[in-house]
Amino acid sequence: MKSAMIFRLLMLAGGLALALLPSFAQAAPPVERVFRIEASSFAYKPGQIQLNLGDRVTLELVSMDVVHGLYLDGYDLSLTADPGQTARLTFVADRAGSFRFRCNVTCGAMHPFMIGKLTVGPNHSFTLAAGLTISAIAIFLLIHPRRASQ
Amino acid sequence: MTRHELTRFPLIKALLKNRWPQLAVYAALLAGFIFAIFAGFVGSPVGNHNFSIVFVWIAWWAMLILAAVPFFGRGWCAVCPIPLPGEWLQRGAILELAPTGKGVSLGRRWPNPLRNIWMQNISFTLVALFSSVILTMPLITAVVLSAMFFLAIGSSMVFERRAFCRYLCPVGGFIGLYSQIAPLELRVKTTRACASCKEKPCYHGSEAGYGCPWQVFPGGLQKNSYCGLCMECLRTCPVDNIAVNLRPFSSDLATPTKRLDEAFKAFIMVGAALIYAGVLLGPWGALKDAAYRIGSGVWFAYVGVFLSVLFVLMPSLYALAVKAGMLLAKTSSAVRPAFAAMSAALVPLGLMFWVAFSLGFVFTNATYILAALSDPLGWGWNLFGTANIPWQPLFTGLLAPLQTLVLIAGMLWSAETAQKVASAAGVRPLPVIIYCLLATLVMLGLLL
Repeated sequence: MKSAMIFRLLMLAGGLALALLPSFAQAAPPVERVFRIEASSFAYKPGQIQLNLGDRVTLELVSMDVVHGLYLDGYDLSLTADPGQTARLTFVADRAGSFRFRCNVTCGAMHPFMIGKLTVGPNHSFTLAAGLTISAIAIFLLIHPRRASQ
Repeated sequence: MTRHELTRFPLIKALLKNRWPQLAVYAALLAGFIFAIFAGFVGSPVGNHNFSIVFVWIAWWAMLILAAVPFFGRGWCAVCPIPLPGEWLQRGAILELAPTGKGVSLGRRWPNPLRNIWMQNISFTLVALFSSVILTMPLITAVVLSAMFFLAIGSSMVFERRAFCRYLCPVGGFIGLYSQIAPLELRVKTTRACASCKEKPCYHGSEAGYGCPWQVFPGGLQKNSYCGLCMECLRTCPVDNIAVNLRPFSSDLATPTKRLDEAFKAFIMVGAALIYAGVLLGPWGALKDAAYRIGSGVWFAYVGVFLSVLFVLMPSLYALAVKAGMLLAKTSSAVRPAFAAMSAALVPLGLMFWVAFSLGFVFTNATYILAALSDPLGWGWNLFGTANIPWQPLFTGLLAPLQTLVLIAGMLWSAETAQKVASAAGVRPLPVIIYCLLATLVMLGLLL
């Protein structure tokens, strides 16, 4: 019984640490970055981009087949590239978190699922959510210890 | 448990007993369904400019997963247009009651070996395997909807009652699973009245209405899974013993299943939600490519992984968790019944996985609904002046917090369910709770 209680408390501590610790992590200094993103039906290459908070970023979107676009969730930015052309967009990554970017020009059947991911800083959305989930279940088990150990 | 009978309100009861309101909804939805098929065949091949894709896979799906199933259980089945033409032919009537024998059906009994939901598990899995083209290509959507339509008619011509809904429909299977969660149920008021009723008109029919199309005897109803909420029994019961009740969420899960077909439905749904989140909403182009290139080598590899995850990996790990729970409880009985019973924990988890997944693409694609309303065939019409509304994802800032909250709620709900059924199953719930926690963390990782 005692070991079960220790397990649950450790789970709670671990969950809270996972949720909160990334907030105290030392951020890397912002730099200037350029990413070339090749868009072809129905994927971006690279599909995932990692940035530091404060980075000044230029995205170069190159369409490899038909017209493709890129809309960045959270930042509400978009650009469109004609086939063989390069479209550029420069912004400062001043919002931490994980954001999807998606094609904003109908490009074919799987167009609604042409999606990439841009992460600014550590993926705090995930660590926060995972930490909260673990903490929530630990608290649940602490509140209902008898039923859990039936 | 507290229940509030809705049918004690005369207006509600009258609305449910009267066939006209139901027929009006049926007629509207049947027209919409046939138009979706028409649009799929003749409209634009571009999915997000075609009624069949936008209204079936965005509008209807959002309504189904975010509202109808969680709150009304089989409420959709009560108004679903797919079985109607077959049922009308089978009965030989649309609205009025027809004398027995007027309809055109062989009226065969559904074969005993298939009196389970394995066929529905297979039909859903097939749809899921081809989902990348079904969800995006109007023509394929039209073919699938037509196939369901004619299969429903065909099964009504051969078999008695609604064999398609009960045993074949790929959607009906998971609606039945998740209807156990809904705070709405149809039950008898007292089983004594049913025991003393000799004619059983609720099952066999009478001059007041048809026998249960879902082949259910209401007096034996203990869960929502197979009650289609068609209200025939409310019309036929001679002693007014049928009630539609409001009840606490997930009441049915207190009596967990003993059947493996139902248990596997829960795995199929959780596994499919995880795979969809990775393949359709994830940033991995190679996965999308594999899912989309039907018939290619990579697609067969995708099929292999898909089936392995749904039918081998997830159930095996769950069986290990259940076995660990049995060892902790020092229970020496067979694993299979405990495995089936503990699958109840996956029901709320799976529903919340689907809610979180659906939020991800419904919010981002909802503006297509307004455009398709004005130009449903993609022919350049502008019926309501909304055809040129630009695509704009909605609430993207709220999406991650909302998905997180939904998944945490699902996790806690599944933990509570695991605890409730564990003692009857003879296991300790902790390993199953840890399994659900790990599945939730994977889902969070895929969505965020």
